Amino acid sequence: MEGTAVRGRLTWQIATVSELTDETATVRTIDLQVPDWAGHRAGQHLDIRLTGDDGYRAERSYSIASAPGEPVAITVERLEDGEVSPYLTEDLRQGDQFELRGPIGGYFIWDRARDTAPLLLVAGGSGVVPLRAILRYRERTGSTTPARLLYSVRTLPDVIYHDELDGYRHDQGVDVIYTLTRQQPPGWTGRTGRVNAAMLADIAWPAGQDPLAFVCGPTSFVEAVAEALVRLGDPPRRVKTERFGATGTPGGP
Amino acid sequence: MSPPLSRGFHRRHQTPAGEEGRVPPGQYVTQDFPVLSAGPTPHTPTEKWTFSIKQGGDTEKSWSWDEMRALPHEDVTVDIHCVTRWSKLDTHWQAVSIDTLLAQVEHDAGYVLAFCDGGYTTNLPLPDVTGGQAWVAFGYEGEPLPPEHGGPARLLVPHLYFWKSAKWVRGLELLDHDEPGFWETYGYNMYGDPWKEQRYEGD
Repeated sequence: MEGTAVRGRLTWQIATVSELTDETATVRTIDLQVPDWAGHRAGQHLDIRLTGDDGYRAERSYSIASAPGEPVAITVERLEDGEVSPYLTEDLRQGDQFELRGPIGGYFIWDRARDTAPLLLVAGGSGVVPLRAILRYRERTGSTTPARLLYSVRTLPDVIYHDELDGYRHDQGVDVIYTLTRQQPPGWTGRTGRVNAAMLADIAWPAGQDPLAFVCGPTSFVEAVAEALVRLGDPPRRVKTERFGATGTPGGP
Repeated sequence: MSPPLSRGFHRRHQTPAGEEGRVPPGQYVTQDFPVLSAGPTPHTPTEKWTFSIKQGGDTEKSWSWDEMRALPHEDVTVDIHCVTRWSKLDTHWQAVSIDTLLAQVEHDAGYVLAFCDGGYTTNLPLPDVTGGQAWVAFGYEGEPLPPEHGGPARLLVPHLYFWKSAKWVRGLELLDHDEPGFWETYGYNMYGDPWKEQRYEGD
């Protein structure tokens, strides 16, 4: 087991919105200034707490989208029946403040010194957020650990961090593979349909290389991918998962 | 210091009328049953399944699946509260009380560490798993407990955050001291009382 990620009491701090970036029609990245942020590891999450004019409070957890060493950022997908995500993606403005605490979680993390085995990242929809933090961290620190991101998304315009992900190069050790499950643009020669055992057999590293897999997405997606990876020979302890149901965390409503 | 106010932010999730007192602070009621697990879902066939009570490295008592199912069981209706902030009211379980199991073992333990397929563990004080407060559950809403929700059997300790209700449970280790389990090692609270919002270490 890895070391403890949280030490002592996690206190609420004031975060100030420094920049807002629309990633897709329904997804927004929120860059935050948190003066006393103690730093985070790639894959961790944080809690935010909003207080309305009438004193109503709500807390939610979100994956941290930025790499260790970068200012804190979260990426939020608007869920129509959500309570917090519509506010964060539509109403929030630069300079606004809310409460935040973290980082939280010490299992679903990539440690560049410890985890030097080939890296398989499998994302479903907004499950790409903590995996993006891992890829950015790898890039920032000049890691040569080979990495593959298989990203399942409905349509090309739904791809979060599209330009950034397209910037990764095979000759720099990173492959990014999209699979479009609902609709493909004319002339699309990439992969289509849901991630299945055959697709993973094609893309996953051979089990003999002792790869480390991170899988994040909706529950049914994670269940299917994790099970397929185990069938391909990956030991369960080498397959780290983070799931969200309709109302779960991270990236919850 | 008063928190900054988020102009235009307001309540959208209404707690069902008359049930406000059943929802701990910071929680909201969901009709779904979300799943959170750190790794792949184990699939242990019931013919290979056992439930063991261990102490000092020895197995004090062990039940096969058929033996467990032959024990007196209860239909339990409880509210459950996940640390990720969803609560689910009036869930129905078919389960064997931990009291029934511990009655067959002599011990003076103060704590237990539940252990599971997949390597998951979680720690609980003994007084929290006795007195009709904790069960080994194998049925959910009249059906066998599905694997993604912890089947064939999970712990059910509804008065604590739901990570204490360990999925894929295979036994209890009796201890004379409190020892952090899986999530507790990663910064989650050693006890996890939802009414005191004991989510993380130090809460």
